[in-house]
Amino acid sequence: MQSIVSSYHLCLAPPSPVLRQRLLCHRVPSIRLPSHRSTTSLGLFTCAAVSRESEMAAKEDGQDPRIPKIASSIRVIPDFPKPGIMFQDITTLLLDTEAFKDTIDIFVERYKGKGISVVAGVEARGFIFGPPIALAIGAKFVPMRKPKKLPGKVISEEYSLEYGTDKIEMHVGAVEPGERAIIIDDLIATGGTLAAAIRLLERVGVKIVECACVIELPELKGREKLGEAPLFILVTSDAA
Amino acid sequence: MSRNKQEEDPRINGIKTKIRVVPDFPKKGIMFQDITTVLLDPKAFKDTIDLFVERYRDKNISVVAGIEARGFLFGPPIALAIGAKFVPLRKPKKLPGETIFEEYELEYGNDRLEMHVGAVEVGDRALVVDDLIATGGTLCAAIKLLERVGAEVVECACVIELPELKGRQRLKGKPLCMLVEYR
Repeated sequence: MQSIVSSYHLCLAPPSPVLRQRLLCHRVPSIRLPSHRSTTSLGLFTCAAVSRESEMAAKEDGQDPRIPKIASSIRVIPDFPKPGIMFQDITTLLLDTEAFKDTIDIFVERYKGKGISVVAGVEARGFIFGPPIALAIGAKFVPMRKPKKLPGKVISEEYSLEYGTDKIEMHVGAVEPGERAIIIDDLIATGGTLAAAIRLLERVGVKIVECACVIELPELKGREKLGEAPLFILVTSDAA
Repeated sequence: MSRNKQEEDPRINGIKTKIRVVPDFPKKGIMFQDITTVLLDPKAFKDTIDLFVERYRDKNISVVAGIEARGFLFGPPIALAIGAKFVPLRKPKKLPGETIFEEYELEYGNDRLEMHVGAVEVGDRALVVDDLIATGGTLCAAIKLLERVGAEVVECACVIELPELKGRQRLKGKPLCMLVEYR
């Protein structure tokens, strides 16, 4: 069984989330594990020491007790897609039925009954978390896609990559002025993609209530690119 | 021969009317079946998922495998509702870590579908989900991947079938459940 590589802080919303406030972050002690090369088999790796400590810390702090299990179900793969990047792999979260359900439940509890009519999800991992949330809160799901994937009329927004630019697209007519939206992705890194998604929706008169991600890499300061839109996340991870 | 089609549940017509057909996409002559308009209608989207969940909830399915990217829209809600794990089947180089792949034919050339090593275990009972079955090439690759690691593929589930392309015959004998046909 492979141990989890990452050290992480647990970053949670206060117990009664108020959407208009900035996220309050309770920092728990950072737990650093010896670094291992990525495992070849997934297994249901346990990170018993980390989970137990985090869970205890979570309860003491009044944090949501579901978060430590969610955090420990995320697998970190070093040097993917290129050397130096510690890739946060949520596919292992999807293999843990309780962790996946808890992840969706936390978002649904936060957004249900808040007049949100649009859940926008960024291709492709945003497609995994967005629709279950949309279904549970009775909102439409709007996919934001890479160029040339959506048929029919689209609007697009460019954003910067490390080298060069990319675009995301949304269907014309998918959303209407005055609608209230949340934007979902698995992770926020530099914030470029989320910022482009915000611009796309705001261009057609939609109000962004919040951006929601499972994971934040705070050192990459993506939060700063989101303008007035608040950010809600479940787990933070150091980039290195 | 039983077509394994849903008996005409009254919800099906509501779903069918929400599917948008876009002519000449991605190229001339193709009538593209756009399901994004189903996702814009909360009732139609919910009905779609409910129809699959009702069918599979008592079938001891332990894995729902969804084909990138539109299979990611339908697979996870089904998986969550029936208590199964969700396994994404992806284009090359998207999944980090160790993967296995299966090649399949396109009109011109080949492509590959990848799955994580260790995601699926021997004896897992699997459902394969995509928005649409055309020639069946991608679904067939998915079935092969799952069988290679010892899973039993119980059924393939798609919202839409294009029956004239005969994809149903390419599923290695596995049954297909679909909601809407487009001829």
